[in-house]
Amino acid sequence: MSAPAATVAALAKGLAAGDFSSVELTRSYLDRIQAAQPGLNAFITVTAEAALAEAAAADAARAAGKAGALTGVPLAHKDIFCTEGVLTTCGSKMLANFVSPYDATVVSGLRRSGTVMLGKLNMDEFAMGSSNETSYFGPVCNPWNVAMVPGGSSGGSAAAVAARLVPAATATDTGGSIRQPAALCGVTGIKPTYGRVSRYGMIAFASSLDQAGLITVSAEDAALLLGPMSGFDPKDSTSVESPVPDYTRTLGDSLEGMTIGIVKEFFDKGLDADCESRIRDAMRVYEKLGATFREVSCPNLPLSVPTYYVVAPAECSSNLARFDGVRFGYRCESPKNLTDLYMRSRGEGFGAEVKRRIMTGTYVLSAGYYDAYYLKAQRVRQLISADFARAFSEVDLLLGPTSPTPAFAIGAKSDDPITMYLNDIYTIGANLAGLPGMSLPCGFVGGLPVGLQLIGPHFSEARMLNAAHRYQLETDWHLQLPAAFA
Amino acid sequence: MEWETVIGLEIHAQLATRSKIFSGSATAYGAEPNTQANLVDLGYPGVLPVLNAEAVRMAVRFGLSIGARIAPRSVFARKNYFYPDLPKGYQISQYELPIVAEGSIDIVLDDGTRKRVGITRAHLEEDAGKSLHEGLPGHSGIDLNRAGTPLIEIVSEPDLRSAKEAVAYMKKIHTLVRYLEICDGNMQEGSFRCDANVSVRPKGQEKFGTRAEIKNLNSFRFVEKAINYEIERQIELIESGGKVVQETRLYDPDKGETRSMRSKEEANDYRYFPDPDLLPVVLENELIDKVRASLPELPDEKAARFVRDYGLPEYDAGVLTASREFGAYYEEVVARVGSEPKLCANWVMGDLAAFLNKDGLEIGETKVDAAALAGLVTRIVDNTISGKIAKDVFEAMWASGESADAIIERQGLRQITDTGAIEKAIDEVMAKNPGQLADYRSGKDKLFGFFVGQVMKAMGGKANPAQLNDLLKKKLAG
Repeated sequence: MSAPAATVAALAKGLAAGDFSSVELTRSYLDRIQAAQPGLNAFITVTAEAALAEAAAADAARAAGKAGALTGVPLAHKDIFCTEGVLTTCGSKMLANFVSPYDATVVSGLRRSGTVMLGKLNMDEFAMGSSNETSYFGPVCNPWNVAMVPGGSSGGSAAAVAARLVPAATATDTGGSIRQPAALCGVTGIKPTYGRVSRYGMIAFASSLDQAGLITVSAEDAALLLGPMSGFDPKDSTSVESPVPDYTRTLGDSLEGMTIGIVKEFFDKGLDADCESRIRDAMRVYEKLGATFREVSCPNLPLSVPTYYVVAPAECSSNLARFDGVRFGYRCESPKNLTDLYMRSRGEGFGAEVKRRIMTGTYVLSAGYYDAYYLKAQRVRQLISADFARAFSEVDLLLGPTSPTPAFAIGAKSDDPITMYLNDIYTIGANLAGLPGMSLPCGFVGGLPVGLQLIGPHFSEARMLNAAHRYQLETDWHLQLPAAFA
Repeated sequence: MEWETVIGLEIHAQLATRSKIFSGSATAYGAEPNTQANLVDLGYPGVLPVLNAEAVRMAVRFGLSIGARIAPRSVFARKNYFYPDLPKGYQISQYELPIVAEGSIDIVLDDGTRKRVGITRAHLEEDAGKSLHEGLPGHSGIDLNRAGTPLIEIVSEPDLRSAKEAVAYMKKIHTLVRYLEICDGNMQEGSFRCDANVSVRPKGQEKFGTRAEIKNLNSFRFVEKAINYEIERQIELIESGGKVVQETRLYDPDKGETRSMRSKEEANDYRYFPDPDLLPVVLENELIDKVRASLPELPDEKAARFVRDYGLPEYDAGVLTASREFGAYYEEVVARVGSEPKLCANWVMGDLAAFLNKDGLEIGETKVDAAALAGLVTRIVDNTISGKIAKDVFEAMWASGESADAIIERQGLRQITDTGAIEKAIDEVMAKNPGQLADYRSGKDKLFGFFVGQVMKAMGGKANPAQLNDLLKKKLAG
């Protein structure tokens, strides 16, 4: 068994063939996690004992002839997902002591499919950040160069998969938090359509934008894991009642006749020239596969960053009000009175970026500012959605960069929120419009991975996964390993 | 200067759903603290609200019954503020797009005229929990059993002009929500309560005065007292050169006064915005029609029918339709007696209501049911007993649970209609009272009553009163 290079698909096959047991597999990943943790800090919690018990149960199920396609496959969850009986911190001091009494729907879905949970992955505090530097538990390092950020907010998920500490990880994407770290760490990330995956048990940042997804080695792995995570959940009113297809069934379909849109606004002056040429290389692969390209314009897309930084903070200012030191989480020492309890618990429990967004959000919702900020942002959001809808009346998918540059150095942007926010300029649009998006490794610049972004119409995950899979059959960027973790 | 009062009420009625508006927890009153609060009610990280469809149907029932517009699309919004009994740090309510808008209801004023009171809107929202201070020295306890209980907030136009009108309006809404079976109306338990917005202005002035909002009034008596106190306070303040400030006030029932809770400047900026966790409530016409078809006969319709079919005065019809149960009781009595609907009304509104009131019972707990009362009234109608004797029989029925006939038989209360027996008694009374007889015959007509009383007394109250009157008149005339 060679765990490092293995994909979920290969591991599932090996488990089915009896080449190795889930316990052996789990143990080998736990060893890798232990060895890498001091250098990468990808995990907040490792649940070794429980993982081995789950793996033993998976092996027993297999022996009893009750194994499914994913039985015994290890993975880890971003620490934003509630896991029963396990610390669930959301990367914050506020929840550093919070043991969830219940499982998120995503967690229980993957549990039911027989996967084994290795632990909980590091992330930006409350998923607010693009570099994983806002975590209370310390930054995560990029496995390709530990001086660099892994991206965020799902930095732990991306770094762990890139270093093959786990074959796959759950993640969440509010403005690019799956795709951008996937790009910066050279792995595959998918953010499904808003409503495809239940948000129940996923600690809310911005409810109208948050969506759970996956970071994997390959698109095929994402197709295998997405099914058990997806579908209508009676506990989430915003999840959509639409049947979940078998995403693996269409993998390998021909791309002949597919029209791919190139969004003019994605190739702006902010895009690093070397990154752009990697994207152009990828376009040639798609041409070879039979796709044709058409330039499209989404004129309102350049407004997506300011729009996002009104809508997301507004929702977060309200979503994070429940962290008040009363019922769970951090409570300040000996509060003098109720106001003191609130002010110090929140003042001491939240980090700087979270506070910045709560204050911004409170401001834009305040009497006298609501119309000028929140309402206007919602109108722009509709214009951006309309731009995408127009584009998708002409093309099947959109293609562009995931991030303007490869990974940047830890500390390089942490003092400049605006520059940091601009990192998500290509990813935010899909969140505002609720569209599914992916990031695929498409080459390197200066030894650091570059990501190719695909965006599809609502509920086009199968089409998008197939387009990604076909690309990965032609290339091996997604199979490259950082030397230190080979 | 003559002053005019302007009042608007915001009534909060708890909807009688079995589970909460956004979670599956039970809503029963009186459980041990925090035993009816699940993770959603506690606002745990990651949980989401799911709307209770029954609460929506109840709001639609209410809207249709006040002739309001039912919004084809209404939106839940978050009202953000910090308080320990508000676990999420926001209350889910409706703000810009409420489910019910522009209705009205009629109240009857003291002089018998009808007044239409506008209802601006009614919206769905969740109740908060309760803070507990008793028995916890140095601490405050939080009971979240009530958190998430569905409420409908009914906002009136500033159409009310006195505390009495406000109470009449609140009673009318109270009657209505119970008719509709959407609220148990229990005011002690807080199921039905209101905030009153009160202002005064010089009579004839169009512009409203500055208002004060009195919070959380949970009895009709408190509403009346608090508003009257507030009107006086505001008038005195203005007349002594002061100004009313916009503020929230609390009524202290022990002292009978209102006092300031917070001023407008201290008021929260609630930062309402549409709740992204909930989809807009879209109501198809089909559903609205279905709810409309399921509405019961409403109080005003029933009262009109009582006037029309039973020939009752409007006042009686109003009293008898104050609750669905009361109206049903009355109709059963009339149906069983088969005649004399006004006499039946007198008994239901009179003795029955008085005894219920004395024992603090609801109509559903009555000790004399409709069939039993009908049995009694039938004996009045068929002249077996007089109305006066019937009162004693009723009291005995109330105490023993026996039927009217059983009591009449055992106590020998059957009315005497034998002319000979009555004449004999009259003769004896006249013989015993020669002085009064002489006075009467010399023109002191008032003594007639004296003779009626004496004869009745002699006959143990059982003489048929009409017969006695006739015979006595003749005999006294000589």
